[in-house]
Amino acid sequence: MKPARFDYHRPARLAEALELLSGHGGNCKVLAGGQSLVPAMNFRLARPEILIDINDLKELGRLEDGAQGLRIGALVRHAAFHQPADDSELSRLLSRVVRHIAHYPIRQRGTFGGSLAHADPASEWCLVAATLSAEMTIASTAGERKVPADQFFRGLFTTAVAENELLTAIEIPALPPGARGGFYEFSRRAGDFALAMALAVLVVDGGVIRWARLGLGAAADRPLRLLPVERMLEGRLADAATFREAAAAARDLASPSGDIHGGADYRKDLVATVVERALTEAAS
Amino acid sequence: MTWIGRRLRRFEDPALLLGRGSFVADRSSTAAAVKFVRSPVAAGTILGIDIPDGASVFTARDLAGTKPIRPILERPDYRAVGQPLLAVDRVVHTGQAVAVVVGRDQADAEDLAEQVYVDIDPSAAVVDVDAALAEGARQVHAEAPGNVLVEGRMKTPGLDQAFAEAAAVVAITLRSGRQSAAPMEPRGGLAEFDPASGRVTLTASVQMPHMLRTGIADVLGMRETDLRVVAPDVGGGFGQKMSLFPEYAVLVWLARHLRRDVAWIEDRRENFLAASHSRDQVFGVKGAFAADGRLLGIDADLRSNVGAFSCYPVTCGVEPLMAFAELPGPYDFAEYGVRSRGVTTNTCMMAPYRGVSRPMLTLTMERLMDVAARRLGIDPWDIRRRNLIKHFPHKSPTGLVYDPATYLEAMEAAEQRIGLGEFRARQKRLRDEGRYIGLGVSVFSERSGYGTPAFAARKMQIVPGYENVDCTMDPSGYVDVRIGASPHGQGLKTALAQLVADELGISPEHVRVISGDTDATPYGWGTFASRSMVIAGGATKLAATKLADKIRLVAATLLEVEPEAIELADGLARVRQTNRSLAIADAARAAYHQSYKFPAVGAGLRDTALYDPGGTFSNACHVAEVEVDIGTGGVSISRFLVVEDAGVLINPMIVDGQIAGGVAQGIANALYEEVVYDDAGNLLTASFADYLPPTAAEIPEIDIVHMETISPATVTGAKGVGEGGAIGAPAAVLNAISDALSPFGIEALEMPATPDRIRDLLRKAGISPHG
Ligand SMILES: Cc1cc2nc3c(=O)[nH]c(=O)nc-3n(C[C@H](O)[C@H](O)[C@H](O)COP(=O)(O)OP(=O)(O)OC[C@H]3O[C@@H](n4cnc5c(N)ncnc54)[C@H](O)[C@@H]3O)c2cc1C
Repeated sequence: MKPARFDYHRPARLAEALELLSGHGGNCKVLAGGQSLVPAMNFRLARPEILIDINDLKELGRLEDGAQGLRIGALVRHAAFHQPADDSELSRLLSRVVRHIAHYPIRQRGTFGGSLAHADPASEWCLVAATLSAEMTIASTAGERKVPADQFFRGLFTTAVAENELLTAIEIPALPPGARGGFYEFSRRAGDFALAMALAVLVVDGGVIRWARLGLGAAADRPLRLLPVERMLEGRLADAATFREAAAAARDLASPSGDIHGGADYRKDLVATVVERALTEAAS
Repeated sequence: MTWIGRRLRRFEDPALLLGRGSFVADRSSTAAAVKFVRSPVAAGTILGIDIPDGASVFTARDLAGTKPIRPILERPDYRAVGQPLLAVDRVVHTGQAVAVVVGRDQADAEDLAEQVYVDIDPSAAVVDVDAALAEGARQVHAEAPGNVLVEGRMKTPGLDQAFAEAAAVVAITLRSGRQSAAPMEPRGGLAEFDPASGRVTLTASVQMPHMLRTGIADVLGMRETDLRVVAPDVGGGFGQKMSLFPEYAVLVWLARHLRRDVAWIEDRRENFLAASHSRDQVFGVKGAFAADGRLLGIDADLRSNVGAFSCYPVTCGVEPLMAFAELPGPYDFAEYGVRSRGVTTNTCMMAPYRGVSRPMLTLTMERLMDVAARRLGIDPWDIRRRNLIKHFPHKSPTGLVYDPATYLEAMEAAEQRIGLGEFRARQKRLRDEGRYIGLGVSVFSERSGYGTPAFAARKMQIVPGYENVDCTMDPSGYVDVRIGASPHGQGLKTALAQLVADELGISPEHVRVISGDTDATPYGWGTFASRSMVIAGGATKLAATKLADKIRLVAATLLEVEPEAIELADGLARVRQTNRSLAIADAARAAYHQSYKFPAVGAGLRDTALYDPGGTFSNACHVAEVEVDIGTGGVSISRFLVVEDAGVLINPMIVDGQIAGGVAQGIANALYEEVVYDDAGNLLTASFADYLPPTAAEIPEIDIVHMETISPATVTGAKGVGEGGAIGAPAAVLNAISDALSPFGIEALEMPATPDRIRDLLRKAGISPHG
């Protein structure tokens, strides 16, 4: 349980970090909270020759809220969301979601950016980003670029961030007025990675769904925004029958693979359950 | 003042809670680090081992003078297989140690270990117990045709008759997933070489230090006197730390060979791969019932997957033979047929784990009672009422003699406390809302505190059981109690001090219990099998009684009265019905420094006692209330009740702790933990990300009620209580799940009852996630 040998850098400025990244590329790894990378290194599943520790880059640790939404520096810790940043529905929703990420000590270290860069399909923050059309800022010595969520997640543990790049910030647009969120996750034990989870945001007016967002996590190789189901929901009554229909549609769109914690059939059943429950919560 | 029965805080805790405990790893920082290179495959032939130049690496060839670990059962049906210290020519399970590397520190040792390349020609693995028994299955060991290492069989003459006359024959098959004891501290050892004497001190995280010393001396062919084994603070054992593992013998060999200190601190992955597992069992039973629910007879086919080797010293007979002898549990029936096999496979060795077979046999009997009750239209509590043992001493069909217990009374107390009527009304109401709650009961006996006769009956070549205790009062009136038992978290030192305090009339704080050092304690068997309070406690009480007699003699001489006139209390030797007294410490001082005055006592104050009891049965009734989520298959436990009878409770707080910890492990067995191998014998659960012990969030409050049937079979009146929690909980939880799902007729539950498995059963019953 000791990592293979590596060199260690702890740059004080972003430019220095980007310089190091462009110099070493494939041989190096960025160290943020270390809650995914360090265990992988201890198992020697990850063997970077060089670690670039970004924890001194204060500029990546800012969480800004405004009318447009939230701008989350890559280094903002999960624990920063334990209390809502402001009284918007978006902030309240994130403070409910964060309690499902790992355990209290891990949330003190783990970062928003680290979760997105790691791109575990069962990551809550990845689901949030995919469902709510977040936009990611990615930097390198060549400059900055912005990548929308639907182009950011490329597959299992794979994102648009190249070897010589750093994810610096995540912007999540504000929710429309009247929007209400719902989140449901099922895991074996408190704090475990989800076996399935769904995030729903609805604007319901006069019992009718006017606007819908629906995302599904841990049900494919990346977080899924369920556009066809969103379209199906809009204009329909916000009732149990609609939600069951949506759950059945979501079940068909999911492609979970089975493992020792649940076969594929089981995970499909779970998809239906979590979607129905997230929608029900969003409408209540 | 009496100390027995008081909830005294544990003397062991302050150091542990303040981080001042001393575990093997705390003592190992200056030793060279040892890393084992382990087989990456489950079965195969070793073609070669490539070793990096100049590295300190050893293989079986270097250990040529050593013997394999090969415990013996003197039974014609037992096939002895040897476990070499490092694999010789072939490997038989993933994780088997093939070579050992010595490095400067842990990271260096791991770097070197990576460069050792073991070339293995793999063969197909035999993993599953029934696959190993199948016709034509590949043989794991040449010595064991059919892959059976041990087989117990019996049949009472009236069994066929009982089945012929039965109003109902109920057949069920149950499976338990393989579990790891998963102690918080994995294994580890530090072997220190003393160049002056040539002796080695092995400090190791173990439960059985004396046995380890004998075992290592035997396999290394060394004199026992050249080895000292010390068990420092041990971070949990639960049985996993009572066997002799090859790693410890290799450490001692390395220390002697290299003439230096070496340490091996196991990591979690290694612990899952190579420590020991348990509970990989399939039990098929048929019960013959009369129309009124009376159980007439049981016919059982019990298969235990014992893995690749036989654990030392208790052997691979521990699970199958326990199941064979104790399946009847708390029920009174006459006819019994059983075939119980220990089956070898290409998996990690099975060894004792808290409860040994009894979680599974209790599950089996308790599921049988519930299924039979449903089939016969009898209330599940009533069918038990009709069958529980009520007259004592009771002799079971396998010849075990049960001392008085409260099987029926404990169950009826539980029935009262849980509020059955209220529950049934709530259950009905919630079902109408699409919510499914259930109540499950489990009644069991916990055979505990058994000495050599019980082990001898298993035909073990090494027969554990007795304990010797040495009780010495020093000249200042403080007492050292030296025990062969080896507590590691149970609070035994506190409880023994309470016993001694009452015998000697001193404060428990004046009693120090010394354990876990073969240089400082009498030869004994360690701490396992719910035995230490009963056996070490019994020997302690006997030794303290003898010591008290000596103190009374000394005091009587000094106070010029008859010894019978002296009572020991509050630190004083008092002449009864007078105010004349002497401090016990003064009597102690005199015993040492004016010994000429007390020829009948001899010099000093010391006595020893031996205790080797036949055994006793404690009992309990567990009740679980659960809710099953139809949409996820998830189970949550909302209430858990334990009505326990462990005889005299020396320290009820410690007993409660034992019960709570055991129940948590039982819930783990029922719902969460499972060691999984794939078909090729690769371990899929080698970390806590995949092997899932429940956390505090998953374990409910446990309501504990005590009954106290003073055991006539033990000198303290106490019964063992270390395993009951783990034994009873799985059955209560599974029965509760089955009760919750009774509208769907779901009975075929297996352990752990994971959300996946429950949802599968519901899906097959046509129940969608939406109910
Ligand atoms: C027991 C346990 C349970 C957990 N449960 C959950 C859970 O339920 N849900 C969940 O979402 N997560 C869970 N996690 C993971 C945790 O949330 C991690 O914190 C998170 O996945 C990674 O964040 P980090 O800051 O720790 O990243 P690190 O571990 O430091 O890095 C992870 C990866 O991302 C890369 N990286 C990090 N930051 C950047 C950046 N700014 N730019 C480019 N690359 C970067 C690293 O190079 C590395 O490859 C769990 C972890 C543990 C140990």
